Amino acid sequence: MKQNTVTWFKSGAPWVWGSAATVSISLLMVVSLLVMLAMRGFGHFWPSEVIEIEQPAGNTFGERKQREEVPAQRLRDMGMELPESVEFVARRLMKTGNRDVTGQDFYWLLEKKIENAKAPAEVVVLERREWGNFYGRLLSVKEAGELVVSGDDTYAELQKRLARSDELFGQIEEIEKHKIGAINYSMERLRLKRRALELKGALDKAAEEKIRTKRDSLQKEYESYQSELQALYRAIERDSLVIETADGQPFEQPLRKIVRAYQPNKMSLIGKLGFYFEKLWEFVSDDPREANTEGGIFPAIFGTIMMVFLMSILVTPLGVIAAIYLREYARQGFLTRVIRIAVNNLAGVPSIVYGIFGLGFFVYFLGGTIDQIFYPAALPAPTFGTPGLMWAALTLAILTMPVVIVSTEEGLSRVPKAIREGSLALGATKAETLWRTVIPMASPSIMTGMILAIARAAGEVAPLMLVGVVKLAPTLPLDGNYPFLHLDRKFMHLGFHIYDVGFQSPNVEAARPLVYATALLLVVVIVVLNLAAISIRNRLREKYKALEN
Amino acid sequence: MENSQNKTHSIDLSNLNKAEGAADKKAKKTCFTVSDLNLFYGEKQALQTINIEIPEKSVTAFIGPSGCGKSTLLRCFNRMNDLVDSARIEGQILLDGEDIYAKQMNVADLRRRVGMVFQKPNPFPKSIYENVAYGLRIQGVNGRHVLDEVVEKSLKGAALWNEVKDRLQDSALGLSGGQQQRLVIARAIAIQPEVILLDEPASALDPISTLKIEELINDLKDDYTILIVTHNMQQAARVSDHTAFMYMGDLIEFGATNQLFTNPSKKKTEDYITGRYG
Repeated sequence: MKQNTVTWFKSGAPWVWGSAATVSISLLMVVSLLVMLAMRGFGHFWPSEVIEIEQPAGNTFGERKQREEVPAQRLRDMGMELPESVEFVARRLMKTGNRDVTGQDFYWLLEKKIENAKAPAEVVVLERREWGNFYGRLLSVKEAGELVVSGDDTYAELQKRLARSDELFGQIEEIEKHKIGAINYSMERLRLKRRALELKGALDKAAEEKIRTKRDSLQKEYESYQSELQALYRAIERDSLVIETADGQPFEQPLRKIVRAYQPNKMSLIGKLGFYFEKLWEFVSDDPREANTEGGIFPAIFGTIMMVFLMSILVTPLGVIAAIYLREYARQGFLTRVIRIAVNNLAGVPSIVYGIFGLGFFVYFLGGTIDQIFYPAALPAPTFGTPGLMWAALTLAILTMPVVIVSTEEGLSRVPKAIREGSLALGATKAETLWRTVIPMASPSIMTGMILAIARAAGEVAPLMLVGVVKLAPTLPLDGNYPFLHLDRKFMHLGFHIYDVGFQSPNVEAARPLVYATALLLVVVIVVLNLAAISIRNRLREKYKALEN
Repeated sequence: MENSQNKTHSIDLSNLNKAEGAADKKAKKTCFTVSDLNLFYGEKQALQTINIEIPEKSVTAFIGPSGCGKSTLLRCFNRMNDLVDSARIEGQILLDGEDIYAKQMNVADLRRRVGMVFQKPNPFPKSIYENVAYGLRIQGVNGRHVLDEVVEKSLKGAALWNEVKDRLQDSALGLSGGQQQRLVIARAIAIQPEVILLDEPASALDPISTLKIEELINDLKDDYTILIVTHNMQQAARVSDHTAFMYMGDLIEFGATNQLFTNPSKKKTEDYITGRYG
């Protein structure tokens, strides 16, 4: 028996089992992480049943949210009456909406109180632009204060009128955000131009006249949009609806404040699925609303990807050139060894330290200097002397540079000497050899460095808080206004969004599912970016397989 | 230069031609003249006062036991030893009367004139076409017609054309070892060097590929001066016109191949070619 154990150990089988076990544990952890994020996050968009909760103070409608088991003693301590025999009780978080009426839209309820609760089919959920959901029974629809319809047809009529107000809202948004936004942007550029001429002392009559006529035409354009807007506002104000809460209080709500109205208890499975994907699409494609707890996170996705792209563009040449110098040109000795150790250690510096460096050096020093030289007209308002996309990308570029340097060096050192000699023997200089043969052969390793850099940069939050990320950016860093890519703008980022929604939100219960959903999306974005880079690398590897033999 | 020829190791060319007799009627010009060449790797001396004159448009073989310095000497001719940090060279090598170690000598130009083929085939991870065109592209030649012509001519010159003409755009790494070695030779002759250095070109190949390379060397010697380092004495006897025997960094004997193999003048040479050591 003992002999057997010894042979078993000698055969190496336990190590195989051990490694298989660790691999499975890692896989299991990754999968369960994703599943948990997906369940907690994406369940949020499902139109769940609305039940009527009977309460002594008056009935309310509500959706079932998470359930938990708590020690009965804890509830007794809070003053709840429970029989002595029970030790644990189940309770459930209810989302009751109507925040403007009751002041709170979530509360905990003992599970047994709602076990037999009815789900009235006629309940209507209003998703509003402000104040969260409203749950109630639809009474009537009004036009300019006059009753139009009540009774059974009300819901159908409401949907028709909602479609109209939704379209109007879209028009208003288009004018306010894009058209007037563009005018404001041009006005600001004109002002800066005038100021710049003034500073140069070149502001003569003709120039001033030119600027004035331009400004006047912009002003005229603005006024025409303004009157258009007023008409739209009057039109959108026209309709309203009357809805009563579960305990019978009627409330009038203007349609312009409502995103959508639906009857979850009447929905078929297909209807629910359709609704689910509509909400999901809204989540990835829309702007956030209500302190980021509703609506979408598109600006954050966009900001994250944009920043990672910029970072890659910045870090790759820097890192590759540094690695080429270190490996190919620098004399290998004590100094290069010290530099190499320093580079490796840089990879271990906490990211917040890079954030502080970015703020101090890039934002204040470099940005401040750039402002003084190139943007004196805008001063004292800073242009680049304030956190922004470019500084964030640069900070992350230096943060990830060690990874790129190390893996590029690795790649360069793996290019066989025979290949270099072959090239040199054909009369190529060292630079030509590097450029035509060695660097292409090292390109898979350069890509590996980039993959690692992307993985690290996309997940980094701490330094970004100092150098450019904000909780709500009014404009994207890429738009239709010249020069289209605005490197000086602040931007939103998924990682920071998670932090902001999760920990800075005034409405924790409403925000929680979004934290999970955003986290999952961040993971997805990183995975997609990585897969793209990996597929490029594999193609390169295929091409330069020479290293293997 | 005349003086250096009186040293023990070198053989006067006129004698050499007499010995060759019928094979070489008219005296060939000298391609390389090496005088008092010493090479050190750090403290260690790898080549000791080498003096030799290499005739052009013929095959000169370097034989000798491992570590005798024959590859090191070969790498002096196109200054490949420059890549070794610790290598230090004394003495002179003239190529057509020009000192290749002179300050004003452009190493890249020198290597264009003196091509080299290594022991293991080292094609670039590019297409067959691009491998052959590499040297020309380095020189800034990018014209499609010129390249096509040179690629075809070089591949024919290296007796590879018929095997690869239908797959010029395929990766060179898909060729067999022998084909790769001929591709590397094609790559070397594409830039029309004066000299081709072959560093044990067949040692990593099978017998049939070796035979092909040897035939190729025979064909090439009409147009190029060929210097070949080989372990294989039969190969040296088969392909070369002149043979140099080296031992421990010394050039022991240099002469016409027939003479050196049949009637060596030095005891060490005789011991080596009769297999007493090496």
